[in-house]
Amino acid sequence: MGRRGWLVGLLAFALAMAACAEEEDAGRSADDPIRIAMVGPSASNDLAFTQSMVDSLDRLGQDYNIEVDITDGTFVIEDAAVAIRGYAEDGFDIVLAHGSQFGGSLSEIAPDFPDTVFAWGTSRDTFGLTNVYSYSVQSDEGGFINGTIAAHMTESNIIGVVGPIEVGDIKLYIDGFVAGVKSVDPSITVNVNYIDSFSDVALAAEAAQAHVEAGADVMTGVSQMVVGATGVAREHGVLWFGSQTDQVPLGEDIVVASQIYRWDFQLSQIVEDLLNDEVSGRVITADFSNGGLTMAYNPGLPLADDVQAAADAVEAGLKDGSVSTGVE
Amino acid sequence: MSDFLTVSVLLATLASGIRLATPFLLAALGETIGQRSGVLNLGVEGVMLLGAYGAYYATLRTDSILLGILVSLIVGGVMGIVYGVVTLALKAEQGISGIGIFIFGLGLSDLLFQKQVGTPTPIDGLGDVAVPLLGDLPWVGEVIFHQNVLVYVAFLLVPVLWFVINRTPFGLNVRAVGETPEAADSLGVSVDRTRYITIFVGNAMAGLAGGALALELGIFQQNLTNGHGFIAIALVYFGAWRPSGVMAGAMVFGLVSATVLQWKTLGIVVGTTASIVGMFPAVLTILVLVLVSRRTGQPSALTRPFERGH
Repeated sequence: MGRRGWLVGLLAFALAMAACAEEEDAGRSADDPIRIAMVGPSASNDLAFTQSMVDSLDRLGQDYNIEVDITDGTFVIEDAAVAIRGYAEDGFDIVLAHGSQFGGSLSEIAPDFPDTVFAWGTSRDTFGLTNVYSYSVQSDEGGFINGTIAAHMTESNIIGVVGPIEVGDIKLYIDGFVAGVKSVDPSITVNVNYIDSFSDVALAAEAAQAHVEAGADVMTGVSQMVVGATGVAREHGVLWFGSQTDQVPLGEDIVVASQIYRWDFQLSQIVEDLLNDEVSGRVITADFSNGGLTMAYNPGLPLADDVQAAADAVEAGLKDGSVSTGVE
Repeated sequence: MSDFLTVSVLLATLASGIRLATPFLLAALGETIGQRSGVLNLGVEGVMLLGAYGAYYATLRTDSILLGILVSLIVGGVMGIVYGVVTLALKAEQGISGIGIFIFGLGLSDLLFQKQVGTPTPIDGLGDVAVPLLGDLPWVGEVIFHQNVLVYVAFLLVPVLWFVINRTPFGLNVRAVGETPEAADSLGVSVDRTRYITIFVGNAMAGLAGGALALELGIFQQNLTNGHGFIAIALVYFGAWRPSGVMAGAMVFGLVSATVLQWKTLGIVVGTTASIVGMFPAVLTILVLVLVSRRTGQPSALTRPFERGH
């Protein structure tokens, strides 16, 4: 074979390889797993926001052939942005930016990767992009149920709330909790303390201590810093209500009930859109009526029959629309 | 505001302020002795995290708080040796080395926690101990003299450290190598040995500060210290490198934080006002640092490596 022959052969080979590559890019084989990457602000096992997504991905894996990669502990937003972009560059099918603080970064990254599906939350903003989903929760509903139970269980008629920052699903949950308490007995005092930090465990502990000294015998709180508050609750035998994940591991003797975020409700819809080639970018909100939110009760601390009945009635009412939290 | 100005709430605020101040105080006192010898350690936060994890893990596995305290001291001391080798033997720049120690401590404490423990698991933390007689005093006895043992240790270390720095030959050496290491060296004082000792002690105290935090809270999680180490460094400047000044700074910071918490709990400040008030401790620290920066007291040789003949 002469030089020209070699060149023609080489060109044919290159064209064949390029065609194969295009074929691979054109569509995923049914046997290929869907590659999902998640970037979370705190530890994967924080018993709070990040773990709620990790648990949800585990549940999603029971129904779909997925491959999951997680970068947690990205409390520095710039670090999260690097991870989000890196996953997109690595060709992941779905990239989850799990934290409302990541929205600014995502709005800059997502347009650069139109073939990658992004999802972030809690939020109700897709930036007008068709490859961006946002997910949210009506966390006031679980707050309302927890508040209803708490109002039945307090003996001092003083309840304490330890919150991080007054935003998003956190504020919704706490407002719903207060509304739930007041729906049972408006005379009950609910002291709400936002400590302005998602991660300051020591400050959360002192906030809980302040509630105890103010007479609280029931408390609730949200985010990863609640491990400080539950320590104080354990020490003083104060009942605790959780949100985001089942918080029984933080106190088997004090945690009464927890609202569970089931992000797999939203994730399954995003995966279906991807599989059906119907990615459109939209807001998906979980609540009790669609199964995106559920309650978990501590079997070691069973509720009195009348209290459980009241909680179940509120949950049923939220599902059929006959009960409203009144929270905007 | 009338709800706040009651004896019980004011005393509860004082107790809360003392608890909040303790980890800052332990770490800042350790940093003080290091800086008085001319060594700045920006890695206090990382050492605190490792000390916190060490104390937590040892207590979790053995149910021995005493062992937990011991482990936090040892972990801090080991990190001190590492930092000493890096900055004294290898002559690495102190600021950058400290940042490296911080990042190392942040990463390693999280890695060990994830691999060895996983989910935050509560432990029985430090219980309160009443000081005989003083604990029975009306009002203040319950607040000041019913604390965990590391609170007493922290505040007792203030006069001890003052005495060591100002009234002992070793303290004289520390001050000498922190001000004019060349002169100290010419008088036969080993600059490196003195600095090794202060770095070892200072880091052991930083480890203990982390241990105090973890054992008070009865839990560990990623980045538990949440900036305590950096505030402790600021408190050294706040206190003008004097143990009593550092204690005053730690108490002001703790009391302001505790007051803000009480105001929020009692509903005295809500919404946006509460968020603004919540920034008071940080704003106060910055203001005081600006004022203190004009004062003298900073060791002349701070951050300056010593090499004989240079």
